[in-house]
Amino acid sequence: MSAAAPAIGMPSAWRRVSTALYLRPGLVLFLLLTPPMLWLGIVYLGSLFALLAQSFFYIDGFTGQVVREVTLATYAELFTAANIGIIWRTAGMAASVTIACAIIAFPIAYYMARYATMRTKALFYLAVMLPLWSSYLVRVYAWKLILAKEGIITWLAEHLGFAWLLDGLLSIDVIGGPSLSASYIGTFLVFVYIWIPYMILPIEAALERVPRSLVEASADLGAKPRATFRKVILPLAIPGVAAGSIFTFSLTLGDYIIPGIIGNSRPFIGMAVLQHQGTAGNIPMAAAFAVVPIVIMGIYLTVAKRLGAFDAL
Amino acid sequence: MTDRAEPPTAVRFARVSRHYGEVRAADDLSFEIADGEFFSLLGPSGSGKTTCLRLIAGFEQPTAGEIFVHGRAMAGVPPYERDVNTVFQDYALFPHMTVADNVAYGPMIKGVPREERMREAAAMLEMVALGGLGGRKPSQLSGGQRQRVALARALINRPKVLLLDEPLGALDLKLREQMQVELKAIQRRVGITFVYVTHDQGEALSMSDRIAVFDRGRIEQIGTATDIYEHPASAFVAGFVGVSNLVAAEVAAAITGASATFSIRPEKIRIERPEAAVPEGHCAVGGRIESVLYLGANTRYAIALDHGGELTVLDQNREEQTGLADRRVGAPVKLVWNRRHIQTIGARPPAP
Repeated sequence: MSAAAPAIGMPSAWRRVSTALYLRPGLVLFLLLTPPMLWLGIVYLGSLFALLAQSFFYIDGFTGQVVREVTLATYAELFTAANIGIIWRTAGMAASVTIACAIIAFPIAYYMARYATMRTKALFYLAVMLPLWSSYLVRVYAWKLILAKEGIITWLAEHLGFAWLLDGLLSIDVIGGPSLSASYIGTFLVFVYIWIPYMILPIEAALERVPRSLVEASADLGAKPRATFRKVILPLAIPGVAAGSIFTFSLTLGDYIIPGIIGNSRPFIGMAVLQHQGTAGNIPMAAAFAVVPIVIMGIYLTVAKRLGAFDAL
Repeated sequence: MTDRAEPPTAVRFARVSRHYGEVRAADDLSFEIADGEFFSLLGPSGSGKTTCLRLIAGFEQPTAGEIFVHGRAMAGVPPYERDVNTVFQDYALFPHMTVADNVAYGPMIKGVPREERMREAAAMLEMVALGGLGGRKPSQLSGGQRQRVALARALINRPKVLLLDEPLGALDLKLREQMQVELKAIQRRVGITFVYVTHDQGEALSMSDRIAVFDRGRIEQIGTATDIYEHPASAFVAGFVGVSNLVAAEVAAAITGASATFSIRPEKIRIERPEAAVPEGHCAVGGRIESVLYLGANTRYAIALDHGGELTVLDQNREEQTGLADRRVGAPVKLVWNRRHIQTIGARPPAP
């Protein structure tokens, strides 16, 4: 025993650590989860709580100092007509962008999931992800040039004889404007372009999980392709659409760069937050504005769940 | 349509082929399935049996030949216009619908009002012994229960032909045997033609009126269970359906006097002492026990023959005979069997 001990005994420190960890899976879990939980708990939830707390303070109009007293005065101010306008504008844009993204993304995702060969699917993945490799700002400014009055779209419209269509679009109240880059239509187009990968990928993943045999079973039971799509494929893809819409909706709600560069410079929520905490130094108001997207997302998810968007998960 | 005595044909294959490039999944197949028959397509994986089923269902189109279902040519008819239904291997239940909605899917597509189709679905679930489970989701059911739902969902449409693609493959042995009995009983009750794909020869033998044995896209033999088992038409059938000893021509010459390859089932062979007398009409050959495998109900022996070659013998354990001195490895024995159990295997050209 004592003679054999050095051979199998005398484990190196690493081996002892490995053995100790192997025998205590709970400890491994604890060690693995503590850093991210601390990060999530302190940095994320902590700052969120700090933000919420800020929104219940108010700013003294004379001194410009934040008064640390709990009050609903800031929220009362949030619900003035101008601010409500900002909230509606942002929510309306987020909803339209989400719907447009879903409509455009679905056929692409459907093709990728059901028809594309491995090779074409890889190409599609690349095409969908490629824009994400270049800077967001570069892409937004590129769009500003494309949409500008002197840009390629106007030029094409004039040369191909559909200038009347462009002018017609731009003359529509509210969403129109002097040029695409200075109208809500432009803001909308760029939002859809920027966020569409976040809609395509989850829908594709959901559709890919629908086994071919389900589609065959539906046909076997007498359903024509249209009915199969409505009764089987679409319901099973809805969780993917819901996941994608969470991305496009919340990203649009919080963005301040795109409406700042492209559009008619009427403020969105993100721009209001930036302005209140940066320029005006009104941290409580900025915090109150920042709470709005959280509440809207909460309502959105509740409604989506009620409608059964996650039932097929 | 005619009033002949024999039942009309439910499914007819007329020189049907399905090729995928070089691969011949089904190769020039012609056969008929009678109305009300329980017809099994038996074969190893990749032998073309599932392809045949998918051709009948309409998920695939033949590259040559014509398929008729109750006399109607099926070329260009999509699955949703065919009077056949399928029970899928993975059941293919719609995960987002309740069990009752799954069963009522066919009637719903046909536009049957909700109340009526729900009543039908409930009756159907009752028939497959799942009454009261209609409100559950498929994910809340066991494998055997899902299998029954798939069956009910297909049968509710009262198809002319029901196609079953290895429906019991995913079930454990006990449940599978129980479902075999139930499937057969249901088939008798509803009187619908069942076309049943399986790779399990036991399943095919016990359930089918007739069996088609597939190998590499071709049918080796069609016949009743007894035909297939007792009179295999080829070495492949003899080897695939049950266990069989294939005795090469040169060894056969020494045993039977005729130089022709034959097959003999292991359970037809008796093990006797070397000095035992050979009854009239029997063959006998000497050998030595090579290995003994105790299987509970049976014992399986491998016997090395004096003339060369080896025979497997399956001996029922009627008495406490295992472990006897003359049944140990190395013991000399005489193997005896009735000549009529010999199946001479016709010389078939080897498959390309």
